[in-house]
Amino acid sequence: MSKANLLDRRQVVSALLANRKDVVAIGGLGASTNDITAAGDHARNFYLWGGMGGAAMIGLGLALAQPKLPVLVITGDGEMLMGMGSLATVGLQKPSNLSIVVLDNEAYGETGGQTSHTSAAADLVGVARACGIADSRAISTMAEVEAFAKAVHDLSEGPRFANVKIDSANVERILPSRDGAYIVNRIRGDLGFQPI
Amino acid sequence: MHARADASDPAPNWPDDIFATLQRFDVRQVPYVPDAGHSKLIQCVLGSSTMRGIPLTTEEEGVALLAGAWTGGQRGVLLMQSSGVGNCINMLSLIPILRFPFLTLVTMRGEWGEFNPWQVPMGSTTQGVFELSGIKVLRASNAAEVPAVLEAAAGQAYNALTPTAVLLSQRLIGAKVFTK
Repeated sequence: MSKANLLDRRQVVSALLANRKDVVAIGGLGASTNDITAAGDHARNFYLWGGMGGAAMIGLGLALAQPKLPVLVITGDGEMLMGMGSLATVGLQKPSNLSIVVLDNEAYGETGGQTSHTSAAADLVGVARACGIADSRAISTMAEVEAFAKAVHDLSEGPRFANVKIDSANVERILPSRDGAYIVNRIRGDLGFQPI
Repeated sequence: MHARADASDPAPNWPDDIFATLQRFDVRQVPYVPDAGHSKLIQCVLGSSTMRGIPLTTEEEGVALLAGAWTGGQRGVLLMQSSGVGNCINMLSLIPILRFPFLTLVTMRGEWGEFNPWQVPMGSTTQGVFELSGIKVLRASNAAEVPAVLEAAAGQAYNALTPTAVLLSQRLIGAKVFTK
């Protein structure tokens, strides 16, 4: 399904992280982790190269452990579909500092562009809202992205969810570190935790 | 996810031993998919001021949650029954990759007097699945050995980053009785 006025994924993620301050950002397996890298490597970036379906839950664990920090999960439609139950788990816990953004190109871009369920039937905003995430937005303009980026820093009104329709263009792969222990320990170090 | 009727020991004390050990190790996040064998421990967790019980829709969510918790500075433990271990397999790959402390307590079905044949295949492969996934397996078969097994498991999981599963055997929990 091709639609007019779809957003550019790199512009969306750049806007989400432009004024990130103390945000911890988690990129789901696939192009979204590269988008976060393209916006600039950061000690508080959690890059996923596996564990498909786990991004929102990693965000939940972090958000519950660090209630004073904004936690932002940026993932794709395929990754979110695989962990759709986690929206129910987030909706039950209601961590006010957790925000989840789905970059929805209605396709599995990393594996050849096969269409995903969101192309014709699945409505992730409806799912998130029905799971108890009251602030669930369908985003189609950069102004809405920028408003959401501001809301991420409001630690009293979450959890929030946004599904952003993006175009399905393949963009340059900008790859982050693949060393998971390094990624985790760099975040922990930045939060002030010592190695064991 | 079944109620378990075990007339021989309706209110066992070993879940209190587990809870005390988890408290001592400063465990804060307790994701779970319910099992009757875990019901008393879950009650303790939900009544605790320091631990947060987190119901899951599927067990693999708990593996990812514990990775996030550790990144944010908290320890956790995943409670599930043996059938849930199969649901976790790909997500278990996060454990060696991210190197976070992983402890799970698994109530066993499909062994020791099992009535329901559908529980047997996954119950029979639970230990093997963990071992193939790089997770050490300890087992408690009676109430008396629960405290020592939990102490060893929590110690190696949190102090030595040795991913560990404790199998709470069906002999300990009591086989589920199906009545008409």
